[in-house]
Amino acid sequence: MSPDLLTAVTIFTLSLLVGVEVISKVPATLHTPLMSGANAIHGVVLVGALYVAASAHDAVGYVVAFLAVAFGAANVVGGYVVTDRMLGMFRSRRAPEG
Amino acid sequence: MDTLVGYVMLAAAACFVLGLHLMNHPATARAGNLLSAGAMGAAVLGAGVVIVRDATITATGWLVLVAGAATGSAAGFYAARSVRMTAMPQLVSLFNAVGGGAAALLAVSDLIGPGEALTVRVGVPAAVDIAIGAVTFTGSLLAAAKLQGMVSGAPVVFAGSRVVNAALGVTMLGAGAWLAVAPDSAVALALLAAAALAFGVTMVLPIGGADMPVVISLLNAFTGTAVAMAGFVLGETVLIIAGALVGASGGILTKLMADAMNRSIPNIIVGGFGTGADAPTAG
Repeated sequence: MSPDLLTAVTIFTLSLLVGVEVISKVPATLHTPLMSGANAIHGVVLVGALYVAASAHDAVGYVVAFLAVAFGAANVVGGYVVTDRMLGMFRSRRAPEG
Repeated sequence: MDTLVGYVMLAAAACFVLGLHLMNHPATARAGNLLSAGAMGAAVLGAGVVIVRDATITATGWLVLVAGAATGSAAGFYAARSVRMTAMPQLVSLFNAVGGGAAALLAVSDLIGPGEALTVRVGVPAAVDIAIGAVTFTGSLLAAAKLQGMVSGAPVVFAGSRVVNAALGVTMLGAGAWLAVAPDSAVALALLAAAALAFGVTMVLPIGGADMPVVISLLNAFTGTAVAMAGFVLGETVLIIAGALVGASGGILTKLMADAMNRSIPNIIVGGFGTGADAPTAG
């Protein structure tokens, strides 16, 4: 196992443990917004998609890159906006069906 | 410059964790989401800086990048702003589907693109990424369609469906192992992608509409894992951190949601529960 792979596996493992710990006793009304918020965070895939677009050099590569960037951007923008809307409802009306 | 961008990515990853933590409490949830969104903006900006600095991107590449980002952002923004409150869970499922699809496409792009000889080092995460990402893509689309009522919310169990499921699962494992050791094989890639796309459908079909929010949460955790695998393929730390974070926290959240419904996750996945007629539109 090369040092860079070992580092990556270490980061992966510790991040998993952080992910387990960061969710504590969430009230049930926050389950859906939290799911939506986590959904927006994996939109970070957009960063990878941008790099892929930057390294594409042929037609197939461009098509794959276009789809990846568009999908990733929709995930990020839509994910955060819809989460914010959910949480906005939460504040204006007590205990909505979340 | 690379060091600076590296620190920006680290700060973004830290803010994702903090943001998720703040979202545990009603009073701080909105601030947590905004913190996370700001961190995402910084990470994307950092990626943009690296791309401009490297200057290896072609003119067509820029066109693809800008057009893709504009299309995706506009579609996501419009859908998120215009959706009815009751339809939000299916929209989240749609966003999850495209996220999973994007993660799978990153690995596909790495395998079919030019570059140095592919090794098992890339083959293993790429195979896992494509398998999970493709399952999530079709699974989340179907979950959204079930909640929206485009597909009956009732559990669909046909004769031999379990056998089909098992066969697809075995095909996925086989093709995945093949692709892991032979990342150059286009046949292995196509077989894995096809089996995984089909498995996403057959996995969600037998699950009733009432259980759909839990399934979406599970698929959300899947996407996180797929994104982390894409991070391994591309060598991008921020993808590994954020992906693993969502994979693990999404898994815990799925269990909490299932517990709140007095159901167990394996019980839900096996499916066949409920008529779907009383499917809630919000979880």
